Amino acid sequence: MSGPLSEARDAALFVFLLRLGDSALVLGQRLAGWTAHGPALEEDLALTNVALDLVGHARMWLDYAGEVEGRGRDADRLAYFRDQSEYRNVLLVERPNGNYADTTARQFLFDTWHLYLLQALGASRDERISAIASKAAREAAYHVRRSGDWVLRLGDGTETSHARIQAAIGDAWPYTGEFFAPDAVDDELLARGVACDLRALYTPWDAHVSRVLQDATLTRPDDGWMHAGGKTGKHTEALGYLLAEMQSVARSVTAARW
Amino acid sequence: MVRDEPAIAEIWTWLGEIPDPEIPAISILDLGIVRDVSWSDDEGERALHVAITPTYSGCPAIRAIEREIVRLLGTRGIARVALDVRLAPAWTTDWLSIAGREKLRDYGISPPRARAIDPNAPIDLTSFVDERAACPRCGSSAVELVSRFGSTPCKALYRCTACREPFDHFKAH
Repeated sequence: MSGPLSEARDAALFVFLLRLGDSALVLGQRLAGWTAHGPALEEDLALTNVALDLVGHARMWLDYAGEVEGRGRDADRLAYFRDQSEYRNVLLVERPNGNYADTTARQFLFDTWHLYLLQALGASRDERISAIASKAAREAAYHVRRSGDWVLRLGDGTETSHARIQAAIGDAWPYTGEFFAPDAVDDELLARGVACDLRALYTPWDAHVSRVLQDATLTRPDDGWMHAGGKTGKHTEALGYLLAEMQSVARSVTAARW
Repeated sequence: MVRDEPAIAEIWTWLGEIPDPEIPAISILDLGIVRDVSWSDDEGERALHVAITPTYSGCPAIRAIEREIVRLLGTRGIARVALDVRLAPAWTTDWLSIAGREKLRDYGISPPRARAIDPNAPIDLTSFVDERAACPRCGSSAVELVSRFGSTPCKALYRCTACREPFDHFKAH
């Protein structure tokens, strides 16, 4: 853990909230990249609306993170003035948009985990976490139905769409291990009744993902070697470009107010 | 203590004059955004506390609604307004008033079904389509889903197969 992070009043809770907020923010920013580039007007609207929900979640998590840290940083400050190594999102969400199958696969695997995670956090002993998670779960319940439907359409569609979504699921798969791998932060907060058991999310996630892939005539990849590092600030090259674009205005015009 | 301050019931009436910025046909009360209104002493000064529950997490309309509440109450002589954002229980379309549902229909938006999707229910990919959606123009229930999102996060796009008109449907949430 780097210096500035460990100075928070409750370092574990601060990092835990950053992970939730950063994953939502980075995926929201990725999806915003489809604005005016969607394959159809309806999809353009859908992706930007999902992005809006995710950025809304990020604001709630990061505002809380800033309060827990106690150094006067709000959601905007945390979003725009932290560098790549200070971001704590899971690696899957920073993967580039690629083609529509890549975006769909990334979204489907994330949405399914996200919904089960938020459902579990709804039972958190921390009232603020429980409130944010319960609110966000209503939206995630919609996201997961939308992205699952697209996996079905592409998988059970044309030869080309089938091949692309199968390849996309395969490419994204090694990034899903991070969803279910707790570290010391997760363990401490689980013991305090604040977080949920990430390992326990695997069974429902696997059941839903496997069922949709099967219905979509797709092959579920085997769980092999998995990437990790996003939760501790070790990111892929892709995140740097995303942050550079997202943060450029806030950093060049520091007196600006939205 | 005798105070020259507006009664709570009157303030509720005033708040009912504030339209939703995205769907001006209905008020923020119809939407169920305002949860509580009460007077209290803040550091010796009387302040009006208005508890609001945002709709969708990322809906930009909430900032406009907050500003409008403070502005309107200011014009009625209430200088100190404290907005308390209440996240729990989470907003749901189950809170939409009966009158609000009728106003939506008159405005050309099909209102949501009475019961929202339970976020803890098993994921059913077919549960998108709201079987209660009906064409706000001709009343036909022969409709089809065109897009899960419309012009705002709270709406989906449907098409009436009877009169062929497309329409917005307020999603059960």
